[in-house]
Amino acid sequence: MLSLNRVSKSYKVGTFGGKELVAVRDVSFDVDEGEVVSLIGESGSGKTTIGKMILKLVEISRGSITCDGTDVAGIHGGAVKAYYRHVQGVFQDPFSSYNPIFKADRVFSMIRSEYFADMARSEWSDKIEAALRAVTLEPDQVLNKYPHQLSGGQLQRLLVARALLLDLKFLVADEIISMLDASTRIDVLNLLADLKSRGMGILFITHDLSLGNYISEKTVILRRGAIVEMGATEKVFGNPTHPYTKVLITSVPQLHKKWADVEAEIRARGGDDSGTCLFHQAYPPTAGPAAADAPTLVKVEDDHYVGCFDLGQGICRVA
Amino acid sequence: MTAATGTPTKPGAAADDADKNPTPPAKRARGETLFFALRSKKFLVSATILLVLAFIAIFGPLIDSTDPVAQGGLPMRHPTLELGNWFGSTYFGDDVFSQFANGLRASFFVGFLGGGLAAVIGMGVGFVAGYRGGWLDEILNMITNIFLVIPTLAVLLVITSYLAARGVLFEAVFVGLFSWPWAARAIRAQTFSLRSREFIDLAKLSGRSGWKVILFEIAPNMSSYLFLTYILLFGGAILLAASLDFIGLGPTGGMSLGLMMYNSVTYGAALQLGIWWWFIPPGIGIIALVGALYVMNVGLDEIFNPKLRDI
Repeated sequence: MLSLNRVSKSYKVGTFGGKELVAVRDVSFDVDEGEVVSLIGESGSGKTTIGKMILKLVEISRGSITCDGTDVAGIHGGAVKAYYRHVQGVFQDPFSSYNPIFKADRVFSMIRSEYFADMARSEWSDKIEAALRAVTLEPDQVLNKYPHQLSGGQLQRLLVARALLLDLKFLVADEIISMLDASTRIDVLNLLADLKSRGMGILFITHDLSLGNYISEKTVILRRGAIVEMGATEKVFGNPTHPYTKVLITSVPQLHKKWADVEAEIRARGGDDSGTCLFHQAYPPTAGPAAADAPTLVKVEDDHYVGCFDLGQGICRVA
Repeated sequence: MTAATGTPTKPGAAADDADKNPTPPAKRARGETLFFALRSKKFLVSATILLVLAFIAIFGPLIDSTDPVAQGGLPMRHPTLELGNWFGSTYFGDDVFSQFANGLRASFFVGFLGGGLAAVIGMGVGFVAGYRGGWLDEILNMITNIFLVIPTLAVLLVITSYLAARGVLFEAVFVGLFSWPWAARAIRAQTFSLRSREFIDLAKLSGRSGWKVILFEIAPNMSSYLFLTYILLFGGAILLAASLDFIGLGPTGGMSLGLMMYNSVTYGAALQLGIWWWFIPPGIGIIALVGALYVMNVGLDEIFNPKLRDI
């Protein structure tokens, strides 16, 4: 189990690093093996940062991430390599994920030289072929080519195939669908579903609600670095509680519906149906500063949690 | 545009070939580099000058094996075509051509070693500071800035007063130790921008350690820049060594171009006596060598960087 426990990331900004910019705030959730968790949020909400913290590409400021009980921040040197054998990532921009001066299949040979140095050549090429078939790529169409000779979708699927070469337990998939066209999109989604059924845990980072809804068991909705709502996907989507989630779900573009109508609908509601802040109903704000271990989410129903309703616009009305 | 039309094959035939058997771009890119290199006048002229000078430096002392500091010959001979007297002789009777060829050798040596040392230190500091960042970057940056403002001449004056004998090797090492800072700063800045790219993250995810990422991901991406840096450091080292020689801080044994000029002005009164063949060859040698290196730098920059190509 990949588990995040009150993970925060802050950057020091300003001339002497006096100011603090919080990118991720007190985020806790788990990704089980054989489960897809979608992490949904707008740009700048900290989704990618969370993915990178799991992959040890960004340091954690506070809190901890554990993988099967091992603290990820505490592993160094050779143990990192062992960690990457089980936890891998695919990033959002396939074009910048490749070193432009080398051939694209160098991402495979890197894996080979680091992890499978003593594997026989034929065995290795069989392995690559199997991985490429899994992402519906023809080996002779993509191998021995330069990144600029391949399409964004091919590059993205090559990256997924690269991750498949290892003995993966968890995959951080950061916007991997965004660059793909509709027809290949469904292939990759089905591949992820297949990997899930084979026991892989997937953190599916996206800004696309419908994709998250399509694939995941669990949904985490992120805003300004903090979780606003999370829980079982059908509960979050079926009974959205947080005003932000509601706006998000209403604003998903739908066929046969113009945005102007939707906008009018939202305006008619006046964004006012959010009611009182469930979170502060349960945990009335104290006069002093909140304790560091104070809860950040309140339970709505089984497997469904919501955070403070504050959207930074004073909407949170404390009862 | 020119990349397509400029290739020596016919456009139609090239397109057909490309369909059947696509050329790997690395080969094409390398071919393109060579193509633009052979078209660049700056590159061709500077390369020719450097080759001629290198030829003199390598074979000159073999052809004219007179000892450059023998002081045995007839003094103040005019240059003639006779072997051993191509550039005439000095006030003390030394063979100027022999001095010139040996001095050129020393200059190349200082360039290779001093420039190389500066390049190695500059790259090492720049890569590590840029890649690791944080406190290590702060410290390395501080050291770089300190070296940047140290007055080289003053330091050498102090060192010279303690050292009785200084060879060309000492000079090369000294020049190398004091000319790396700007290279380190430039490489640090480039590394900084490269290290946040996603392919660096991917290499890390593939289990590559820090030095492997620097060596196999970052350095290849700026190889042309590193090459240009080395050329500039090479020229800079020669120039700095020549100016040190000229104020009398040069090697105590051996010969160098700067030392020839120093001797001609200080001991030989070459200007007053009109022994122009004593100081003109080393002057032209230094100008040609350093000038050609700088012109080659500009030419190579245009070859490597398509945006600068004069099309």
